[in-house]
Amino acid sequence: MEFRYLPMTETDKKEMLQTIGVSSTDELFSDIPSSVRFQGELNLKKPANEYELKKELTEMANKNASLRQYTSFLGAGVYDHFIPSVVDHVISRSEFYTAYTPYQPEISQGELQAIFEFQTMISELTGMPVANSSMYDGGTSLAEAVNLSAAQTRRKKVLVSQAVHPESRAVIETYARGQNVEIVEIGLKNGLTDLEHLEQELDDTIAGVVIQYPNFFGQIEPLHKVEELIKQQKKTMFIVSSNPLALGYLTPPGEFGADIVVGDTQVFGIAGQFGGPHCGYFATTEKLMRKVPGRLVGQTKDEDGVRGFVLTLQAREQHIRRDKATSNICSNQALNALASSVAMSSIGKHGLRKMATLNMQKARYAIAQCNAAGLEVVYENSSFNEFVVKFSESVPAINDKLFEKGIIGGYDLERHYPELTGHMLIAVTEIRTKEEIDTFVKELGDING
Amino acid sequence: MANQEFPLIFERSKEGRTSYSLPDLDVPELDFDAELDDVYVRKTPPELPEVSELEIMRHYTGLSNRNYGVDSGFYPLGSCTMKYNPKINEDVARLEGFSHIHPYQDPKTVQGAMEMLYDLQSSLKEITGMHEVSLQSAAGAHGEWTALMMIRAFHEANGDFNRTKVIVPDSAHGTNPASAAVAGFDAVTVKSNEKGIVDLEDLKRVVGDDTASLMLTNPNTLGLFETEIMEMAEIVHAAGGKLYYDGANLNAIMGYTRPGDMGFDAVHLNLHKTFTGPHGGGGPGSGPVGVSKELEPFLPKPIITKKEDQYVFEYDRPQSIGRVKPYYGNFGINLRAYTYIRTMGAEGLKKVSEYAVLNANYMMRKLEKAYELPYNQHCKHEFVLSGSRQKKLGVRTLDIAKRLLDFNYHPPTIYFPLNVEEGLMIEPTETESKETLDGFIDAMLRIAEETENNPEIVQEAPHNTIVKRMDETTAARKPILRFYK
Repeated sequence: MEFRYLPMTETDKKEMLQTIGVSSTDELFSDIPSSVRFQGELNLKKPANEYELKKELTEMANKNASLRQYTSFLGAGVYDHFIPSVVDHVISRSEFYTAYTPYQPEISQGELQAIFEFQTMISELTGMPVANSSMYDGGTSLAEAVNLSAAQTRRKKVLVSQAVHPESRAVIETYARGQNVEIVEIGLKNGLTDLEHLEQELDDTIAGVVIQYPNFFGQIEPLHKVEELIKQQKKTMFIVSSNPLALGYLTPPGEFGADIVVGDTQVFGIAGQFGGPHCGYFATTEKLMRKVPGRLVGQTKDEDGVRGFVLTLQAREQHIRRDKATSNICSNQALNALASSVAMSSIGKHGLRKMATLNMQKARYAIAQCNAAGLEVVYENSSFNEFVVKFSESVPAINDKLFEKGIIGGYDLERHYPELTGHMLIAVTEIRTKEEIDTFVKELGDING
Repeated sequence: MANQEFPLIFERSKEGRTSYSLPDLDVPELDFDAELDDVYVRKTPPELPEVSELEIMRHYTGLSNRNYGVDSGFYPLGSCTMKYNPKINEDVARLEGFSHIHPYQDPKTVQGAMEMLYDLQSSLKEITGMHEVSLQSAAGAHGEWTALMMIRAFHEANGDFNRTKVIVPDSAHGTNPASAAVAGFDAVTVKSNEKGIVDLEDLKRVVGDDTASLMLTNPNTLGLFETEIMEMAEIVHAAGGKLYYDGANLNAIMGYTRPGDMGFDAVHLNLHKTFTGPHGGGGPGSGPVGVSKELEPFLPKPIITKKEDQYVFEYDRPQSIGRVKPYYGNFGINLRAYTYIRTMGAEGLKKVSEYAVLNANYMMRKLEKAYELPYNQHCKHEFVLSGSRQKKLGVRTLDIAKRLLDFNYHPPTIYFPLNVEEGLMIEPTETESKETLDGFIDAMLRIAEETENNPEIVQEAPHNTIVKRMDETTAARKPILRFYK
């Protein structure tokens, strides 16, 4: 059997064995005790040639209903947005995607500068002075923020709004358990965080308060009111998880006194990919700069005074500090951060405002059409690009019917909120057309009878 | 070459220039003012660049020219397994049926994706000899922490709350003790002996009824097989601890031995190392976790199972540690690894390890003449040299690394593992030809010779790169972490 990734010839092998002073490669494995030696051959599918494998995997891909074949109104943390063609052309450059972490700055200026630019863009969007080079995703980034608040304040209790993405809350639970941090959930009121409940729970034992903006239901949380409550507790940290596209229109969390702002840049140039890889971001204050998890790129000069970039403040990190590191993160999502940087550059300052506005306009149109069709749009707050409709039928049953019409319906909120039976979370992004929205609403009206 | 500054994308920006192409507003325009409280309306727009599409391509193409990947040249970065990243993997990952699917679609509509994940799980179980595998963890360190959280849950489920310690060898990756700390354990170090493997006597000394786990790479970071693995497993298991396998070095042993057969209770794999997920300049990776039958109930949820002829997500797992990541892991990277495994099969994967080990031993024997080899025995997929002889002549390992840049090589991992003075950790991987190995060997021998006859040229390296050595001290002392106009 030939293997195109293995270049050694029999002649090479013979010469090399001779240099080593052994007669076969088996001798190089003789230190593996026979009791643990694997006998026989691994039970895997036979090697496939390139043509056939591509054909087979294309068939496998075709078994999936893609968002390019169906009209999707599904969001709930992962969104179907326009991706400029330049994005894939840039991240397909193998000098980027086949490189390791830029530990050798002299030959990694491209990656380092791209990360520095990413940090700048995230800082601009969030209104925070410091942003890192990326985290695995929005959920784990949020969990790291929670643990950081506990470590920084030396307190062991964090309040998390139930309007935070349920899967992010699940990740927080797991991370917090590792650090013996207690999570107290703050309930909901009309699709927003219940501020009375928050006020009751807030005292000087609370390390941090976690709010999502816009929240999981698409509603815009009153961050200025949350800020006022948190301010009364001196050390308590204000942690905001934010869709960065929404920050093209909405006041950034940095202007509401946030200590840590996290989220996912999937909305900028990253396809849904069944949930990953996406790209977490982590932004914070100058004060917390030396506590940030993950890699940071800083600007400096070389011996000749030429501007350049390096990984910096590495004394925070696991490869230097080991068990005293601020986090265990090593690999991050650098290539996806690059994709988002390219998308943000392409969309640009004015395009961002336009894109965010398009999302808000189209979602509001969909809300108006739903209302006109007699559907029950619940919650009457301002929203970004998502909203909730209540049906008498179960959401999966409705989605089955929509699917037959070529539509992927919204998210079934009952999955994570048992009290919200028949509640569908609907996302409308800039790529949905008036015609698609009209058809969707008509179908929903027909199904609802 | 030297002294080339490259403008930031923000410095290329000019008011009024655009590169976006967005859909039209085809619905009646609404005035938000009536409805949206002014406090939420952003007053100062974020300063994203204003550039044309060509300027974007020139900018990023320019940046890519200032970067170095495996496709640029040899990248023998120890413990990172910088092997070739196959192009079919990239094509497959971009198929619309894989790239444009949503994690909350009805599983009935994504059976192809779930079939792939299920098949990958099965393949990884077979390769590692473990009972069950979860694909949820996003990277190696994430996998380590996931497995340690499971081990913690296992002990706690047995009413055993006193197992607070995780033992890591002095040669371990920094992520091991860091992951232990994040999972709430204290990291305890076990020493290596003069043969470069874990000292059994020291292990007996540190192990006890407070031991939760021993974390081990095998082969270890010196590239040496831990020959006393069965004895170690017995010592740790007898004390009630669990054995954890860090899969960073799996590239050395595929088809030769399996963590499950060596007595490991939990493993993580780095699909971006062994299984050709590209490193992407730092990520994304994927760090699946495999476990024994005993630990299986604690796996993150959901897991993918097959019921009749449908693939389903199973959430009803009461002892699960919960979620470690939203959705189902880094699907796109898992897909690349799957494509690779299907390309190679059992026969190919065994050859991968065979050639990875052959290449490392060949280089080690060629280089031991000029560089100190602290552990003189057959290595596995990597080996560690010491720059101690060169240090006596005033040339540090860092200088050697920088001089390699002049010959267009990415340097090896340096100053690691910590138990080797002036360490140079070299991992050639199996995808490099003998000519490439010989070229690198020649460069290393030449640098050793320069060290003796003309040390300045090494000490002052690099000479041919676009920038020279960076002032890292000032970068850390007065951090500039973003651009301001």
